[in-house]
Amino acid sequence: MRSRDLRSVPLAPALTPAEDDPVIIPEQRAKMDAIIAEHSKKPGSMMVILNEIQAEIGHISRPMQNYLAEKLRVPLKDVYGVVTFYSFFTMKPRGKHRIAFCLGTACYVGGAEMLIEKAEQILGVKLGETTPDKKFTLEPCRCLGACSQAPAVMVDSNLHGRNAPDKIITVLRKYEKIENR
Amino acid sequence: MPVTTLDDLKTIKEQALPKRAERLAHASAAQDSEIRPPTPKEKRVILARCGVIDPEDVYDYIAEDGYTALLKALTTMTPRQVIDEVLKSGLRGRGGAGFPAAKKWEFAAAQQSDVKYMICNADEGDPGAFMNRSVLENDPHAVLEGMIIAGYAFGAHQGYIYCRAEYPIAVKRIQLAIKQARELGLLGKNILGSTFSFDIEVRIGAGAFVCGEETALMASIEGKRGEPRPRPPFPAVAGLWGKPTIINNVETLANVGNIIRNGAEWFTQFGNEKNKGTKTFTLAGDVVRTGLIEVPLGITLGEVVYEVAGGIKDGKKFKAIQTGGPMGGCIPEHLLETPMDYENLGAIGSIMGSGGLVVMDEGTCMVDIARFFMDFTQDESCGKCVPCRIGTRRILEILTRICEGEGEEGDIERLESLSKYIVAGSLCGLGQGAPNPVLTTIKHFRHEYEAHIKDKKCPAKVCRKLITYRITDDCPGCMVCARNCPSKAISGEKQKVHWINPELCESCGICMSVCKFNTIVVD
Repeated sequence: MRSRDLRSVPLAPALTPAEDDPVIIPEQRAKMDAIIAEHSKKPGSMMVILNEIQAEIGHISRPMQNYLAEKLRVPLKDVYGVVTFYSFFTMKPRGKHRIAFCLGTACYVGGAEMLIEKAEQILGVKLGETTPDKKFTLEPCRCLGACSQAPAVMVDSNLHGRNAPDKIITVLRKYEKIENR
Repeated sequence: MPVTTLDDLKTIKEQALPKRAERLAHASAAQDSEIRPPTPKEKRVILARCGVIDPEDVYDYIAEDGYTALLKALTTMTPRQVIDEVLKSGLRGRGGAGFPAAKKWEFAAAQQSDVKYMICNADEGDPGAFMNRSVLENDPHAVLEGMIIAGYAFGAHQGYIYCRAEYPIAVKRIQLAIKQARELGLLGKNILGSTFSFDIEVRIGAGAFVCGEETALMASIEGKRGEPRPRPPFPAVAGLWGKPTIINNVETLANVGNIIRNGAEWFTQFGNEKNKGTKTFTLAGDVVRTGLIEVPLGITLGEVVYEVAGGIKDGKKFKAIQTGGPMGGCIPEHLLETPMDYENLGAIGSIMGSGGLVVMDEGTCMVDIARFFMDFTQDESCGKCVPCRIGTRRILEILTRICEGEGEEGDIERLESLSKYIVAGSLCGLGQGAPNPVLTTIKHFRHEYEAHIKDKKCPAKVCRKLITYRITDDCPGCMVCARNCPSKAISGEKQKVHWINPELCESCGICMSVCKFNTIVVD
């Protein structure tokens, strides 16, 4: 049920950008250009640029990778290889809020799996998926370093500790309205 | 105003003290809950300033004699003397391997190269460990000071801090600290008016555990996939972009300033013969007091569990303590007299690691824990070498089968022999350490494996396929369990005894965790 399912990326999705791809939308493309211009002179700039693009735009699609490879004058495989290696980079857009369930030892022992199952039930999607209204994305994540507050959940960049299955809905409600199910 | 002399630091200190006293008077209760007041067995050195100073104010650090060690090193000591002092202190790498820190510096100092790099490894990924995050968040200047001194010792001019993306607050504070240090002339060209120049840049990871391994970390800074490479050549000879590079852990560097400031003798008063100084540990799991602690090296595991952590919570029984993260081992009760140091933990099949301690009570299934760790390493294996990539997957499959009640005769032996090959055939510490949780749980909790395989029973009542939940006749019918059941397996009317439909129940245990009347039991 863990992130390995997320990692198995389908082979070579289309390189031709769809209509709503960030490389087509002028503002998004300008954002990418600004990030590339700012960092491309740095040694080892690839990770820095990808991190910024991920934070700014929210995902790194295949056409975006292609665009980046051309701009940086590196083979596409170098960009694709890095994007697929690190779990923080995603090729699909995430929902408005990213809910990351810590799966560190203390959180696992403290019942992280129950939290996940409860959240899956509330939102009606599985771990790794985004709700149809694009509000939440459920993700597993590596130790958040909040082991003394296990089990921990990070929503966007806010940490919520000492969770219980019946309290998770209160956490989610802080971000979006959720109906009782 | 750039700082150049001790008098400048003293002036800043005097100016900062009144403001600081005022702030401390107001901030009595608002302390970080992870950092509790120390218990008698503890000795706070690295954590001494955590929670006391304002991490976003460099003047507060200077008020605690911060950066005096840097000044001392730059104005009164040669690089060689700095290395000798740290060598004499016996400081060993706190990242896990325990290699003498200054020995590495010595190797790098001996290299002829126009460019050398100093890297701070802040990619703390061990589940259960958060000491580096706490130090970066609460005392970032101590890490910077240690890095600059180390850079001076072996002649580096550029430093990198490689920090996890999971720690946004730590990243923000360390970046602010770098900015403040630059403004005071403590970083950049001609530090403190000397001829030594050094600058630091923060690089952020992207969620890959293996990047804590030094060669993988360097690949990541270079902007590549974080895959380890064989050593030699060691990074001290050919590291980042082929140049001599030193990589030290956050806590190692946080020690350096104190050693230079107070001298090696002061440092050697803590710890035992081969393990000098204090070490921070993080306590998590089923103990009364969780959080961050700092103890002299060589204190026993039992002292930490019962005296520092206050024993097991809810009056349950101790089962095991897990040290060293996913590459460490599970230590049973009869080995609690083991001193916590690099050699002794190694001798019982575990490792010190970065110092994460997870205490487990009787309600933890050791086979399930072994499966959990293998799931972690299998997921985080970078895939470069076959024994780690495929071996861990095979182990995980066997363990999953055992947990699901489909274990076979001979599985334990199969696990042991697979483990042997993975340890022998893997390139980096991740693969070499991956089987440790399996081997230690087999060694100390073999009966639990046998119960799963032969009797198809989970003695700790954790493994889902081997247990069933049942509601007793005392159920007052509050309906909380029925409302919370994700698979809608519980039915019953208000104020009447509920029942669980075994065909729908997935044994997730949510009902038991939400029941306030303890009327749900596991068979």
